[in-house]
Amino acid sequence: MNHGQPSQIGRRGLLAGAAGLSALALFPGRLSAQDTPRRGGVLRMGLGGGSTTDDFDLRKLNDWVPVNQAYMVMNGLVEIDAENIARPELFESWETGEGAGEWLFRVRQGITFHNGKTLTADDIVYSLNLHRGDSSSAARSIAAAFSDVRKVSQHEVRITLTSGNADLPYVLSDYHFLVVPEGFTDWTNPIGTGPFVPESIEPGVRARFRRNPDYWKPGCANVDTVEVIVINDIAARTNALMSGQVQVINNLDLKTVDLLARNRNLEIVRSKGGQHYTFLMDCTKAPFSDANVRLAVKHAVDRELLLKTALLGNGALGNDHPIPSSDRFFNSELPQRPYDPDKARFHLRQAGLEGLTLTLHSSDAAFPGAVDAAAIYRTTAAPAGIEVAIQREPADGYWDNVWMKAPFCMSYWGGRPTADQMLTIAYASGSAQNDTHWASADFDRLLTEARALLDDSRRREIYWELQRMIHDDGGAMIPMFGDYLDAVSVKVKGVTPHPMFNLMGARMAEKVWLD
Amino acid sequence: MAWLILQRLGLGVITLVLVSMLVFTGTEILPGDVAAAILGQNATPESLAALRQELGLDSGPVARYLAWASGILHGDLGQSLANRQPVGELLWPRFGNTMALAGYAAVIAVPLAVGLGISSAALRGSFFDRAANVVALATVSLPEYFLGLLLILFVSVQWGLLPSLADTWSGMGLAAWLQATTLPMLVLVLVTVAQIMRMTRTTVLAVMDQPFIETACLKGLPMGRVVLVHAVPNALGPTINVVAFNLTYLIAGVVLVETIFNYNGLGRFMVDAVSKRDVPMVQAAAMVFAAVHVVMNMLADIAAIALNPRLRHPRVKES
Repeated sequence: MNHGQPSQIGRRGLLAGAAGLSALALFPGRLSAQDTPRRGGVLRMGLGGGSTTDDFDLRKLNDWVPVNQAYMVMNGLVEIDAENIARPELFESWETGEGAGEWLFRVRQGITFHNGKTLTADDIVYSLNLHRGDSSSAARSIAAAFSDVRKVSQHEVRITLTSGNADLPYVLSDYHFLVVPEGFTDWTNPIGTGPFVPESIEPGVRARFRRNPDYWKPGCANVDTVEVIVINDIAARTNALMSGQVQVINNLDLKTVDLLARNRNLEIVRSKGGQHYTFLMDCTKAPFSDANVRLAVKHAVDRELLLKTALLGNGALGNDHPIPSSDRFFNSELPQRPYDPDKARFHLRQAGLEGLTLTLHSSDAAFPGAVDAAAIYRTTAAPAGIEVAIQREPADGYWDNVWMKAPFCMSYWGGRPTADQMLTIAYASGSAQNDTHWASADFDRLLTEARALLDDSRRREIYWELQRMIHDDGGAMIPMFGDYLDAVSVKVKGVTPHPMFNLMGARMAEKVWLD
Repeated sequence: MAWLILQRLGLGVITLVLVSMLVFTGTEILPGDVAAAILGQNATPESLAALRQELGLDSGPVARYLAWASGILHGDLGQSLANRQPVGELLWPRFGNTMALAGYAAVIAVPLAVGLGISSAALRGSFFDRAANVVALATVSLPEYFLGLLLILFVSVQWGLLPSLADTWSGMGLAAWLQATTLPMLVLVLVTVAQIMRMTRTTVLAVMDQPFIETACLKGLPMGRVVLVHAVPNALGPTINVVAFNLTYLIAGVVLVETIFNYNGLGRFMVDAVSKRDVPMVQAAAMVFAAVHVVMNMLADIAAIALNPRLRHPRVKES
């Protein structure tokens, strides 16, 4: 289960054409002789996170069901494997020069769409352009970094960046960057190059996909048919698995994980990704404009207790920065911040305060169990002289009305494929989603510098420093990381945890087979 | 009588107009809008603005209400904001599903409840009467989600007799459909039987105490004939009312049951639409539910009028 430490494949080697890393690399270390994929059968998935209005519009992909279904029908450009390494998918290889500002990607050849069209650079340029410019795409801010996406030849695409980014292949693994044929707009009847062809789709209810007999990825597309049944209610989802009506469910109820684990016909799949939960302090508003107050808040939380009670142990401790231990740039030498009410009092005194009264805005929209977590924080903060009043907010409109607006509120971040992306989106001073309004010129400068570096050891140095800066000075108190939890029937084989998302990074249907 | 029915129709239309205004205002007051719901935490001011404009959310609420109301008068329920599908296409099949499940439950529940009610009235004070009452009260006192989970635990997880998901699709056979929907049907039957049964029993008993029943008994008619021919027809009015009330519940109140069994009906559809802030879908679903209430009440009234000679032939003046 240890997918934490990425293997030390040099970044250069990776950059200079990863084509050689073929099928085996997609399943590192998990395949043994008796683990050969078997063809056939019907995979039935009961998934939460779907809606009547779902379609396959790549710009709007947001919830679990549409994202998983999109990966059944389409392919990405780059795939993040179980070891958190970017592997070639429709981009077969890539190279860049010093500064990482201009990238040349080679398009995999001999791939056909479900409608018979051959994949070329035009399709990829079109698919990327969906998210660029004046687009309503959720990936718009990521794609804004592409100053130019140009077809060089039928099988080559050049991407020019506004500023260098050595992690571009990782950035391109985002689930919005899937590929459809050039000019494609019929988002209810999707066409892709993926492992399955849609047979019938009833949005928010059920969908059936047939195996693509010409699928190109070795060892994949093993089952004949995939059936997705949308089950948003967690109890109904669990019942469906228990009674054998489905073989896979996602997003388990934390309270029933232990009970499910006792069932010998089931297996719990625990994906330790970058998903983390945050208590956000607005650094531009008093009292949080004082760094000492922020440190006091950070010392006043009993993280172990929070993890044990709010997440029932299904996660890992956070150290007030957003980089998970599975990231290759995780600062492993930064000491874990302990629960220390005296230290918190000390920092309050440094700020010239005897005590502190705060209003914490909370809602289960922030993350399941957030309101309980707020109550626990209130208890552990009291001995530090911090009095917390909890303002419970409606889940509806939480992201609109509370997040980024209330001076002290709760939130979460899903993992990002690279440290740079995580640090940029939530901590760079220019980001629209800098939810603590923290601004540090040094941080911004180092972040930009590291982004363009191809030298891994220097980059590591910088990312370690950036984590320390957020840990000491930033406005986010990050007490814990939460696991993604799925459960599968033991009849489903080839299942692995994934460092990005659950359901094997939303690619479970492509990879598994049935016993 | 025609005038009475017309009056009921007119009141129904006014009710629906008021409901449409209430629903619209309600959806306006909800925090957050569809653009924010679609983009979630990924929203940036630019993509939000772009999407809002795309969806026509930048025009005023009154203009949007009038446009929608005039559409509905032409039979057009509007388009889903989230994916631009006509709402009618999404809504009617689900309404059909809800009606099918309600029909399945009603076919079992109504005869069962009325039969039990009449029998326990005829056998007043007997062991059967008491047992039927206790069981019915017990099932109606349990909330339907608890009943549903109990049934799932035993019938599908432990004994594996019936599926826990009411997983249906168009084109499935009747046998498969019945198998898939029997558990939710059972829950609906259990929660509706008690009320109909007790109301039937009470009204039949009330009639049984009338002098003309005593006369019938004294004439030496058999008990069965007294109950079925003399008592029951006079007890039908209130029974039909409570049946209509329960049928309305079966159609418009099954959100919880549809959620527990993941049944693809109108209740689940509405929950979905509310969470996505898809105003046209919420409004359409609410209007359908309101129409069901109005129509069922109207039918009950008309049936009561038709069955009650005193209402059927209103006396103009005392003679």
